[in-house]
Amino acid sequence: MTTLASQFNLHTFADAFRFIWDDRGLLATKTLEQVQLSAIAIGFAMLVALPLGVWLGHIHRGSFVAINVSNLGRALPSLAVISIGLPFLGIGHPVVIIALIVLAVPPILTNAYVAIDGVEEDVVEAARGMGLRSWQVLLFVELPLGIPLIFAGLRTAAVYVVATATLAGVVGGGSLGDIIFNQATYFLSGVVGAAILVSALAFAADFAFAGVQRLMTPRGIRHAEGTHHPEAEPPPILEVASA
Amino acid sequence: MHALVVASGPVIPNFGHATGCIANDNAFFCTRWVREHWTDTLQPALIQHLWLTALAVGIGFVIAFAAALVAHRFGRFATPFGIFSAFLYTIPSIALFQLLVPVTGITVTTIEVGLVGYTLLILFRNTLAGLRSTPPEVIEAARGMGLTRGQILRRVELPLALPAISAGVRIAVVTTISLATIAAYITPYGLGKPIFDGLQINYHTEYVVAGLLAIALALVADGVLVVAQRGLTPWTRRRVAV
Repeated sequence: MTTLASQFNLHTFADAFRFIWDDRGLLATKTLEQVQLSAIAIGFAMLVALPLGVWLGHIHRGSFVAINVSNLGRALPSLAVISIGLPFLGIGHPVVIIALIVLAVPPILTNAYVAIDGVEEDVVEAARGMGLRSWQVLLFVELPLGIPLIFAGLRTAAVYVVATATLAGVVGGGSLGDIIFNQATYFLSGVVGAAILVSALAFAADFAFAGVQRLMTPRGIRHAEGTHHPEAEPPPILEVASA
Repeated sequence: MHALVVASGPVIPNFGHATGCIANDNAFFCTRWVREHWTDTLQPALIQHLWLTALAVGIGFVIAFAAALVAHRFGRFATPFGIFSAFLYTIPSIALFQLLVPVTGITVTTIEVGLVGYTLLILFRNTLAGLRSTPPEVIEAARGMGLTRGQILRRVELPLALPAISAGVRIAVVTTISLATIAAYITPYGLGKPIFDGLQINYHTEYVVAGLLAIALALVADGVLVVAQRGLTPWTRRRVAV
């Protein structure tokens, strides 16, 4: 243990950045794998959770599914999901992607539901009075107004997924987890270096979704944010940083 | 002559007959293994996990609650603590536990320090949001009735913040149960130990059972907290009913 103790000092962080530079080829590969894993998982989760949440919110039904089932889903530890899926799916990426989807669906589903369900009734009533059909109300009124909360869910999910994709390092490999779970080979400086990249990726994912959110928000409601709902997830990083 | 013959053959140690589980190795699930190892492996791991979680959320709550009170009183404090806890939150857990080892060793302390760090953001954010959610006219009315600042906090703001606070505790508990399984990679303790042990020797039953126990623990803990919250905040239920 003396070797470990002597490794850790201010040089560890300097060495970590040196590791990032010296092994940039390896790190680029692992980072790309981490991004791929995360993108596939978030993509699938969006495909399932967004339409379901938006539709349930639109018809104002199924709050039990959207909120309580999501709470159950949030309670599932990712490592436990992986270990249960392993005998079925074997070592490799699929089992990790499944666990990441389980992780990503709850915040996306809950927020999409709450966002659409919570649009003020008067506004919907007015839109209907102007002759808009149900799908037009959804597309032109409810969805634009729901954007801040929908994106808060997406951003939370993205940060969770990007950070948790590291777990691929335990089951078959293929992510920055290969380095973080292998201190014996890469030393503490390598672990710290890879961890810095994971943190950076999580921030980058949050910023990317924040950027898309900005582009998709109609100018008229750009300053109308701050709609809060106790069941909904606030954006994970930026909101706190600007609180 | 006799002794020579014995010595010439390969020495095969006799471990006795293979038990059902080992002979039938990596059958998807071996209930016999679970029964045989409940008292020496699974039950202790489950109890350890429960303690890890309770202690981490308890300590995290004390810190985050105090910080939220200070941030509520002095607004300037909110941003620095928010940034600090958000920064802690983005560090991959497995890396944080490894970083702590040189300081606190391969001990339960390492797990606890890491876990407490991760609860801070959730508990701080929810407690502060709850305290700030009191409508200004309610505070105005309380002040008009002659309540002091401390009384307003204790009798008005904190009760109204309870749903947000308990939602934070729920998220913190299930998150901690999840992260504590990963911590076992560094300090073999709690339900993560049988998971990683099973993965290491590729024994399905061990990691599947431990995984199921971790999920069961999270679901039961979440359920208990929901019931506790309903008991603490009866008025929220009434509002929904009306």
